[in-house]
Amino acid sequence: MSSAVMDKAEAEAKQPASHLITATFRIRRFNPEVSEEASWEDFQLEIDPKERVLDALHQIKWEIDGTLTFRRSCAHGICGSDAMRINGRNRLACKTLIKDLNPDQPITVEAIKGLTLLKDLVVDMEPFFQAYRDVMPFLVTSGNEPTRERLQSAEDRERFDDTTKCILCAACTSSCPVFWNDGQYFGPAAIVNAHRFIFDSRDEAGEQRLEILNDKDGVWRCRTVFNCTEACPRGIEVTKAIQEVKRALITRRF
Amino acid sequence: MKIHKYDTIIVGAGGAGMRAAIESSKNSRTAVLTKLYPTRSHTGAAQGGMAAALANVEEDNWEWHTFDTIKGGDYLVDQDAAEILAKEAIDSVLDLEKMGLPFNRTPDGTIDQRRFGGHSRNHGEAPVRRSCYAADRTGHMILQTLYQNCVKQGVEFYNEFYVLDLLLTEKDGVRRTAGVVAYDLASGEIQVFRAKSVVFASGGNGKFFKVSSNAHTLTGDGQAAALRRGLPLEDMEFFQFHPTGIWKMGILLTEGARGEGGILRNRDGERFMETYAPVMKDLASRDVVSRAIYTEIREGRGCGADKDHVFLDLTHLPPEQLDAKLPDITEFARTYLGIEPYTDPIPIQPTAHYAMGGIPTNVEGEVLSDNTTPVPGLYAAGEVACVSVHGANRLGTNSLLDINVFGRRAGIAAAEYAGGAEFVELPEDPTRFVEDEVENLRDATGTERVVDIRRALQQTMDKNVMVFRSEQTLKEAVEQIGDLRKRYKNISVQDKGKRFNTDLLEALELGNLLDLAEVTAVSALARKESRGGHYREDFPDRDDVNFMRHTMAFREVGDDGTESIRLDYKPVVQTRYQPMERKY
Ligand SMILES: Cc1cc2nc3c(=O)[nH]c(=O)nc-3n(C[C@H](O)[C@H](O)[C@H](O)COP(=O)(O)OP(=O)(O)OC[C@H]3O[C@@H](n4cnc5c(N)ncnc54)[C@H](O)[C@@H]3O)c2cc1C
Ligand code: FES
Repeated sequence: MSSAVMDKAEAEAKQPASHLITATFRIRRFNPEVSEEASWEDFQLEIDPKERVLDALHQIKWEIDGTLTFRRSCAHGICGSDAMRINGRNRLACKTLIKDLNPDQPITVEAIKGLTLLKDLVVDMEPFFQAYRDVMPFLVTSGNEPTRERLQSAEDRERFDDTTKCILCAACTSSCPVFWNDGQYFGPAAIVNAHRFIFDSRDEAGEQRLEILNDKDGVWRCRTVFNCTEACPRGIEVTKAIQEVKRALITRRF
Repeated sequence: MKIHKYDTIIVGAGGAGMRAAIESSKNSRTAVLTKLYPTRSHTGAAQGGMAAALANVEEDNWEWHTFDTIKGGDYLVDQDAAEILAKEAIDSVLDLEKMGLPFNRTPDGTIDQRRFGGHSRNHGEAPVRRSCYAADRTGHMILQTLYQNCVKQGVEFYNEFYVLDLLLTEKDGVRRTAGVVAYDLASGEIQVFRAKSVVFASGGNGKFFKVSSNAHTLTGDGQAAALRRGLPLEDMEFFQFHPTGIWKMGILLTEGARGEGGILRNRDGERFMETYAPVMKDLASRDVVSRAIYTEIREGRGCGADKDHVFLDLTHLPPEQLDAKLPDITEFARTYLGIEPYTDPIPIQPTAHYAMGGIPTNVEGEVLSDNTTPVPGLYAAGEVACVSVHGANRLGTNSLLDINVFGRRAGIAAAEYAGGAEFVELPEDPTRFVEDEVENLRDATGTERVVDIRRALQQTMDKNVMVFRSEQTLKEAVEQIGDLRKRYKNISVQDKGKRFNTDLLEALELGNLLDLAEVTAVSALARKESRGGHYREDFPDRDDVNFMRHTMAFREVGDDGTESIRLDYKPVVQTRYQPMERKY
């Protein structure tokens, strides 16, 4: 019999029911159908601090102001819809619990930066996806297809594991000061996705991708600020991946 | 009014839609319309794996896989379709690998495989390693890989376009596909997409339950559009409740956790599945495990102050194994529950997970307007469809398989059809229905709110149409849904704007959920037996004499405008497997 289970069962039975707190959400609103100016608006909620920021946004939208607009789908950090700036830091609203945000103070929520604002927390994602598409984010091979699977050792598979986790939420790219200043920069997410293929032992287009990233808007623009690594909700070591791409460009070994 | 023209339109960019697009766009001018950016689709949430009898790690073959699928579906599976599923599984997985999918590998460098519920060696002897996987991110990798290949092939996407209606035009006494009507979220414009062939791949409808593993956007828009246009929905009473959702939240913890050795325990720490399924234990099929959990809870052996959940215990597994094989779900436990799965068991309860029913198709993906007749030019694949390979209960890892096998088939068939067909005239005033709906909502001044009706709907579904059902609960559900539908006529939305009006779209999505909930409850009420995911306490046995048949539900509108649901039935295709009692 598992004693961990018994301990847990006892501990749970004693736990108090969840309690509600009052928290203020200070949200950056923008609706060009109404006004060309963006402005802050405060909403006070009675809410369980163990809930997600996404739950708070839903509570506002569903109960108070239906015009509040944001993207979301999965609600558990998998689909990448709801990257936003929460208390000045890029995060997924569905993966951020209110209790972790110091809810005694107003919690600020605004759209991610560096992409054109369309309405409230919604930005134009097209330039972000264009940069992604530009780095050839797909496996390239030559010769006849094998009849069975291509073989890959567990070590070779591990080599690019970290960068396969990307959900294209743009939290990293839109936290990068270089990207804010110059939207032409590919940005961390595109480089992460190039890394995913450059270091895949099955792929044969590493050189081409490196040439793309050698461009003036490419990987050399990165100033190793580490914002991206901190912002990634998937825990990808983004800066490390960018460094590995830079090194591959110098040594031409990958 | 903007009118686009394509040979083939695909509705949805999840696994099924993009697998279809990869085929159809080779031979047919194709556009994919999707309400989400493709990589936001819920296929990305799938964790555990994709079944195929590759036999990379132990003896296996597709015939065993076929048998398990049919038995798992409690013999309501169409056996010809199941055979195709299991046979084509092997190439399906190999195709994905060739497209770049980073599967976990064996020491030999081949695709690694693990155990999953209901998949067995030699017709039930013991669990078999059949699930091909990439950690607990298999769906993510499938979605990414398919999108990558769409980018490679230059597939055309219309992102954040909501398809709200299907256009059919009658010609020579037959209704044929003319296209779809879509709402562009960014501009609020309603646009027509003419096409020779249309593939619905718009996913499931699990959001009519409260505790659910499904995304907010899984509102059954495709099923509802088909139903409104007079097409049947098949087997909607069969909905799968996955045993291990995070308590109260419903976020899924993959069955792969039990495949890796995880154990379910009640408040006394007992491994209760030993009593319910002596051979397969924690890996019995999902309906069996979900009922077992609720039986434990009802008999007072649940955990917590309210005794309303049980535990998934992973504490005996080495932390390295959890990190390597189950990194995401262990992180969910940490993020959302503040629990460390290395040392603490995770509170879970069954969560609404998967719609076995949907738009009926044949094995080519052609949509049927009755038991046998295809609608020319119309196709469906994935969770929106019912082929039926899952019957009364889907086996884990068979849906990622389904979307690949039948997504591919539907894509090929739709392109082939478009190659030999002419465009059909648009029906008169093609945007009428959608414009009325949208304008009525914008102008509405009603007193009802979307959130209240949706909450009431989810409550009645959770209470009455979940793991245990009876005539009484189902009648209550039908009645309450009827009332909610009346209240729905009196809703209004606050956002009256054009741009990114998600307020309006949530209201339309709720309308779809109400329609589908009604079909589900009515179909369940009429099925006076227990089979797979549909369990009736008042009829606890399977009744092959009266109910070995698929339900076909039609929506009918009387001359006076009253709506009702008419049920018809369709025989199950049986090839070589005789129905037996299901034991695990
Ligand atoms: C948490 C979770 C884990 C799972 N794990 C597994 C597993 O391990 N193995 C397995 O086999 N199965 C698993 N499943 C089931 C499986 O993932 C799904 O059944 C499958 O991915 C559905 O794919 P789909 O392409 O049919 O739909 P989805 O991936 O849901 O895609 C639907 C698409 O349709 C679009 N759409 C919807 N409505 C509209 C509209 N009105 N207009 C335009 N576009 C629209 C959406 O934008 C989206 O692109 C899991 C499911 C869940 C929820
Ligand atoms: S809603 Fe999917 S990542 Fe947050």
